[in-house]
Amino acid sequence: MAADTRDEPADSEFGQISRTKDVSFRLLALAATLVGIVSLAALLLNVAVDAVGWLDWQFLTNPPHPDPYQAGFLPALVGSVAIMLVIALITFPLGVGAAIYLEEYADDGYLTRFIQLNIANLAGVPSVVYGLLGLGLFVGLFNIGYGTVLAAAFTIALLILPIVIISAQEAIRSVPDSQRQASYGMGATKWQTIRNVVLPRAMPGIMTGTILALGRAIGETAPLIMIAAPTTVFGLPNGPFSKVSAMPLQIYNWASYPQTEFQYGVVAAGVVTLLVVLLTINSIAIVIRNRYQQRT
Amino acid sequence: MSQPDFSHDASRTARGTAFRYLFMLCALLSILTTVAIILTLLIDAVDFFAQVSLVEFLTGTRWSPTNEPIAFGVLPLISGTLVITVGSAMVALPIGLLTAIYLSEYATDRQRSYLKPALEVLAGVPTVVYGYFALVYITPALDTILPLSTFNGLSASIMVGIMIIPMVSSISEDAMSAVPDSLRQASYGLGATKFTVSTSVVVPAALSGIFSSFILALSRAIGETMIVAIAAGQTPRMVDLTDPAGMFLNSIQPMTSAMVQIGTGDIVGQGEAYKSLFAVGLTLFVITFVMNLISEFVASRYREVYR
Repeated sequence: MAADTRDEPADSEFGQISRTKDVSFRLLALAATLVGIVSLAALLLNVAVDAVGWLDWQFLTNPPHPDPYQAGFLPALVGSVAIMLVIALITFPLGVGAAIYLEEYADDGYLTRFIQLNIANLAGVPSVVYGLLGLGLFVGLFNIGYGTVLAAAFTIALLILPIVIISAQEAIRSVPDSQRQASYGMGATKWQTIRNVVLPRAMPGIMTGTILALGRAIGETAPLIMIAAPTTVFGLPNGPFSKVSAMPLQIYNWASYPQTEFQYGVVAAGVVTLLVVLLTINSIAIVIRNRYQQRT
Repeated sequence: MSQPDFSHDASRTARGTAFRYLFMLCALLSILTTVAIILTLLIDAVDFFAQVSLVEFLTGTRWSPTNEPIAFGVLPLISGTLVITVGSAMVALPIGLLTAIYLSEYATDRQRSYLKPALEVLAGVPTVVYGYFALVYITPALDTILPLSTFNGLSASIMVGIMIIPMVSSISEDAMSAVPDSLRQASYGLGATKFTVSTSVVVPAALSGIFSSFILALSRAIGETMIVAIAAGQTPRMVDLTDPAGMFLNSIQPMTSAMVQIGTGDIVGQGEAYKSLFAVGLTLFVITFVMNLISEFVASRYREVYR
């Protein structure tokens, strides 16, 4: 037909243009995907190179010191671990308890939806605001003391609790309903079903989520500043009420020192230590997840 | 024992009920946390507003909580926050959206299994580390081509932008994956290329989810603290619309950075500067809370459409 021949050149032209567009858009999208990953890799490489020569046994076992060649990280390292352990003790039972209630007991009423919306909102509250909550509640009202292990742990525990609840909920939700029905069919009560069937199956997922949340907790800085945790501590924490510093706080403090030895040496060593601890925590979570994923 | 033994039933249900209420308490703790946040902020903020008028706080153009003459105008801090938000949005929104399109429409399953965890790492790096990166690596690098101050809005914005990329990309990708395949197939059937399908079908169909991710990411940028406290500086400065570049090249002070400055200062006790911490915190909380609610509301729309 005449119409066909008239359309042909236009058609092929359309095809060519859109294919060029298609390929270039694909490349653009891929480039955008890689921007963040590549720039983070470049920055990490920089800091790793800078840390060479600074990150040694002496750095890991010494207390902080105004002389960069004697400065060490031990009190901050131990402080972070101490805070993290208390946080784990607080968030695990509370987070799992809340998740069990929301997934297994709660009906789909207004209260449940309100709690759910509230948890989502809490996950979005800036960490510096949690710091003010800690300052007002734990330091002010309960008088636990400025910058103590307990004040720090309680504050950050509230901060990561929403994340723990949300991930525990997902883990509990992924337990197939047929298993619950089977348990009820054997005459088990709701609590027996939860304890013997749901929780064991959901535990790897709950552990993974909790450990990842603890990883976030270890990097939190702003809340600790707000509850007046000291940026530099020379001794190790020796109880729940002793003043404590943490790795990110010490890094923040060192980053403000003008000497190049601190800026490109000591801080780099601190950053690498913090990231190694974080990486270790996250790999534990991933190992747990992979190990149990393969079995089911 | 052919007869089932029901004698323990009463204690069994009593125990079940006890656990039910115990777990309910855990869930209610989240509401208690919200109430506690609002109360702690309000109590000290109300004290503050008894000394400094709300009008002065909201309209004052000078922030100087400790140096004479004392002034508590929050606008310079809000403009500092605005600069960081706009700057990081220019980095994160386009990159995050393109990333989401790539992951949802172009990437193979294998690629996705590498790229998604790699992107998640971005969100997992402690912000104090990002702040340090911005101060000692990005600023000196930019300084070779731009007239930068040591502390500036630009490197902080870039760093905050990179940090929030995964928030934009993962939520947007979820929204795009929720778009039914029939829509794509219909478009392909009409002879459309992948580019057309992505930009004219998938993105518009996932728009509410994408918007929701944008709002959430911006809320995160507004509340981001350590990057700006380390890299953006502590100079409260009003937005000068005649010189927008100056805002990025010079030291600025967002709300969160001002809070850190007061928090690390030697102000203890009941002074106005200490109380102003809670007034600024309340302002920050209200802004991010409203944004998070909007994001939740917008996101719930696309969930309903495709379920």
